[in-house]
Amino acid sequence: MLTLQFVPHSEITDLNSEKKIQKLLKIVREEKIILLEGKLHSNEKSELIRKTMEEIDERFKGIEIEELDAQAKDQAFLQKIRTVFINLLLGSRRGLTIIGPASIIKEIKKDPDKIQLFTEEQKKKKKK
Amino acid sequence: MGLFGNFLKKFLKALFAKKGQIKLGIYGPPNGGKTTLANKITMDWLGEEMGSVSPIAHETREIQIKEQITVKSKNKELTFNLVDTPGIATKIDYEEFIKQGMEEKEAKSRAKEATKGVIDSIKWLDDMDAVVVVLDSTKDPYSQVNITIIGNLEARKIPVLIVANKIDLKKSDIKKVQAAFPQYDVIGISAKVGTNIDAFYEALFKLTNR
Repeated sequence: MLTLQFVPHSEITDLNSEKKIQKLLKIVREEKIILLEGKLHSNEKSELIRKTMEEIDERFKGIEIEELDAQAKDQAFLQKIRTVFINLLLGSRRGLTIIGPASIIKEIKKDPDKIQLFTEEQKKKKKK
Repeated sequence: MGLFGNFLKKFLKALFAKKGQIKLGIYGPPNGGKTTLANKITMDWLGEEMGSVSPIAHETREIQIKEQITVKSKNKELTFNLVDTPGIATKIDYEEFIKQGMEEKEAKSRAKEATKGVIDSIKWLDDMDAVVVVLDSTKDPYSQVNITIIGNLEARKIPVLIVANKIDLKKSDIKKVQAAFPQYDVIGISAKVGTNIDAFYEALFKLTNR
């Protein structure tokens, strides 16, 4: 059974980077797929990769991660200005990040406005 | 990294600082051709190879350094210390190595070393003066590993040159790499065959403001 866990921005906004990453990794290690509201900073992503590497063992193979932007690609000028202001106000709250255990998610494809998750089961079915 | 590792890193840092030379890092995901490019550079300018290459991912699992490489082009000279880094990945599965013909013990050991290699690569980001990010131009450039590496370099204000490698292969698509990172210089090369390598050396001068 596939379990998705939504993590709202409010749940991690007061945490420092270390605590934030600990929380996310704990959920992933419970074999759940995280739908995180917003995006991680680049230094948080590299720290997440680093911590993931520290925890890899025979059971835990690592993570898959992908982000989806909330911003439309072909925006008019005024819309772009509006987006800049919204980003200033909401910061990293915009967009969506998917993080899951590599043992369950084999591949994430971004198209770029939609995300496709290929799980272990789907891969096996595909091979048939 | 253990005590010896920390000592080694400090020692190498001090050594570089004394000489005041540029540290040019080669970063990227596994199997993009980082060591093939490093070998091409060191063969061209030192006459010796830097490290071994393999079709199996994570062949480079330790930071490799070659000092005092001087590249010459059109009356200009650029001397740097080349730092070849292990590929950065979000997952490492020893069973993938077994599928490629390794014994279980060897596969597990390779996976363990590979995780340490990724950690070292990330730690060394802060030490670089300029970085060449090597991407496999036959693959999707929009991966979170690529975005994270480039995002981290941008945050640290480290100059970046993106190399779209493997342009000798049919599936290569440089335009896709350029479209993914429009704010950076992207040079299409084949490190293995040597295609466009002169343009790459020229780009190094621009990257390091020489």
